[in-house]
Amino acid sequence: MTDSKGYFDLSKNRLSRRTALKGLAAGASLAAAPGFVRYAQAQSSAPIKIGFQSHRTGIGAAYGRWYEKTTAAAVKAINAAGGINGRPVEVVIEDDGTDPGRGAEVVAKFANQHKTDIVFGTLFSHVVIGSAPAAGENKIPYFVVSEGHHVASTKLNRYVFQPGITDVKSQIQAMAPWIASNAGKKVCQIFPDFAFGYDHRDYLPPALKAQGGEVIAQIAIPPTESSFTKYLPQIPAETEVIYHVMVGPAVLTFVKELGEFYGSNRPQLFGFIDSLEAVDINSPGLEFLDGSHFWEGSPRYAQADDSEAQKAYRAAVGIDDNGAAVGDPKDVSTAAHMFGCWETLYVVKKAMEDAGYKGPEDRAKLVEATEALTEFAEGPEHPQGKKIFNGKIHQCFGIQNISKVEGGKLKVVHKTSIEDGLYEPEGDYTTQAL
Amino acid sequence: MKGEASALKAYGLHVAVIGLLFALSFVLPPYHHGLVARIMVLATFAMGYNLLFGYVGLLSLGHAMFFAAGLYGAGLSVYHLGWSVPLAFAGGIGCGAVLALVIGLLALRTSGVAFMIVTMMFAQVFYLTILYFARWTGGDQGLVVPQGSRVMYLGGASFDLTNPAVRYRVALALFAIVLAVVLVLVRSGFGRVLVAIRENEERTKMLGFDTFANKLAAVIVSGTICAAAGAAYALLFGYVGSSFASVQYSILPLLWVLLGGAATALGPLVGTLAMYYVTDIASSYTSAWLLIVGVMLIVGVLFFPKGVLGTIRQRWLRWLP
Repeated sequence: MTDSKGYFDLSKNRLSRRTALKGLAAGASLAAAPGFVRYAQAQSSAPIKIGFQSHRTGIGAAYGRWYEKTTAAAVKAINAAGGINGRPVEVVIEDDGTDPGRGAEVVAKFANQHKTDIVFGTLFSHVVIGSAPAAGENKIPYFVVSEGHHVASTKLNRYVFQPGITDVKSQIQAMAPWIASNAGKKVCQIFPDFAFGYDHRDYLPPALKAQGGEVIAQIAIPPTESSFTKYLPQIPAETEVIYHVMVGPAVLTFVKELGEFYGSNRPQLFGFIDSLEAVDINSPGLEFLDGSHFWEGSPRYAQADDSEAQKAYRAAVGIDDNGAAVGDPKDVSTAAHMFGCWETLYVVKKAMEDAGYKGPEDRAKLVEATEALTEFAEGPEHPQGKKIFNGKIHQCFGIQNISKVEGGKLKVVHKTSIEDGLYEPEGDYTTQAL
Repeated sequence: MKGEASALKAYGLHVAVIGLLFALSFVLPPYHHGLVARIMVLATFAMGYNLLFGYVGLLSLGHAMFFAAGLYGAGLSVYHLGWSVPLAFAGGIGCGAVLALVIGLLALRTSGVAFMIVTMMFAQVFYLTILYFARWTGGDQGLVVPQGSRVMYLGGASFDLTNPAVRYRVALALFAIVLAVVLVLVRSGFGRVLVAIRENEERTKMLGFDTFANKLAAVIVSGTICAAAGAAYALLFGYVGSSFASVQYSILPLLWVLLGGAATALGPLVGTLAMYYVTDIASSYTSAWLLIVGVMLIVGVLFFPKGVLGTIRQRWLRWLP
């Protein structure tokens, strides 16, 4: 039954009825075999595989651990509710070592070895930026929870999305009205002398100016410094607000030395909680922060007016009212950021269901379906709050929390509007080829 | 005659390794195909390091700056100036060569532990300079070299460096060329002078050789090879970032060379391959993968004190270059 080229050709030899019946019987037996059942159902019930690029080691390990916990809780909730398109979700984890080179390898590993449907993770900007080319080249959607402006800058590629957490440009812009109205109009910025600090250096002055405020000094501190006393006299005397975004272990020394420098008569303090994620706010040396204010993406401490969705989310992830692991008060979470993992997975679910996603061959459809999303309502899937999504820049916008340190806890005193953080798009990913 | 036979064996082995790597490009699964391409580029970096450490005996703790000079030289000239791939590659190599000349002139005034410290300090200055000029370098976050810019036009043909097959062959070509250059160099009179300096610098001087000039030439060749690897990394993998200039990337080539065998031409490939695969496999199972890598290095030191190929050469294959 083969032609001269060796191809199978039914037209050359007609099948007899006996042969056809034998074939049907054999086919039916095969289909009834357990192995074949699995194969036959592969397209309909095989798990959706999500490659989770995790900071298990390296400088981002504290974030990585909590991102994993939050992801596990979200996947459990999604699977309990029927999965995605009726298929269970399976997470495959690889450690990126908080290293951009390894990050790119991990993305390629997910695409080509684990054959996951998407890649999901991760926080540190340099890892995201280093991994983005691999996602684009392998044409695998890469959903990040990084808060960097790199995705919205449209300098990456069409396969990279940040739909579950706002970016730092939006966060800073949204803080400006409250700072100018409540803390003071003359602001001195103290920030680490690398890219994370530069976002604050570049985005705060115009945002504050638009609110009638002014950045009167910018003090960049080299990342190698372990003591800050020589920088503190550079703070102008007329400063009304010190805006600080120090990160890493040096933050404890920074706060202690700032306290020694000012004593009880200090300007207002405003910081980003990134400095103190996974750090107990009641750690020795941090007493000076009492009465100061912080940005938080999602509140670390349970609030009196928490929604039912927020309460359910906290319970599912396993954090107590103080934002620490249930049963281990010293294991403080990265609450301000990790909610983004939960919300991103629900965005993935929505986009896959909209796209009728069946497998890797539908990745382009998934990209387009994600770009078509516009809004995520507050609720169990988005406990941090409502968000709007700009498909052209692959970035969501949402509310921000401003919390005051009171009695050793962070109490939310203001929630910004989504509009406070909106800005003009800097490009359009949808013009790029898939 | 015996020498000629050894040379034939040596060249034959290296040609066979290149042939094997070429053949692997047809059979490797996609992930390993990409990983081996990356390993070949980083093994080239290690070969550059090995030239100075293995053959001259100069232990540098600052070679990340040469790799990064190539990385940024090529990456930034594409990103900011829109240079073509060949021009950017040449630019990256040029940056590394000039930097190596300057660093060599200054650092070679020292030796031993002081040389280690001075090279480490220069590398740290280079790293902090990258952070300082973040507006152009992207600082610690780095920059993505646009996918559309990574197409090489040569003689009317175009080669898309984002294509895995093209990337693998370009990485292999770089590795093969550098391997051939290193092999010829170390078997030449210049290579013998370098080994003589390593064994006894004073005696080499007394024999009439200008050891400073030879060491400077070795630093320049070593830095240029490392820069070529860095330039290739930027253009093949599309990312430039300061982590490649950090002290970690000065330590890594040292470990790859120690593991594979210092002063062996293929040792850097063996060491890089082993470290990469142990890391890749171990990190899939445990977050304590660094512990496993550490144990492997200790076992290596105990049973292969001269590295894998160094020990093989000492015990069995004396002709191994």
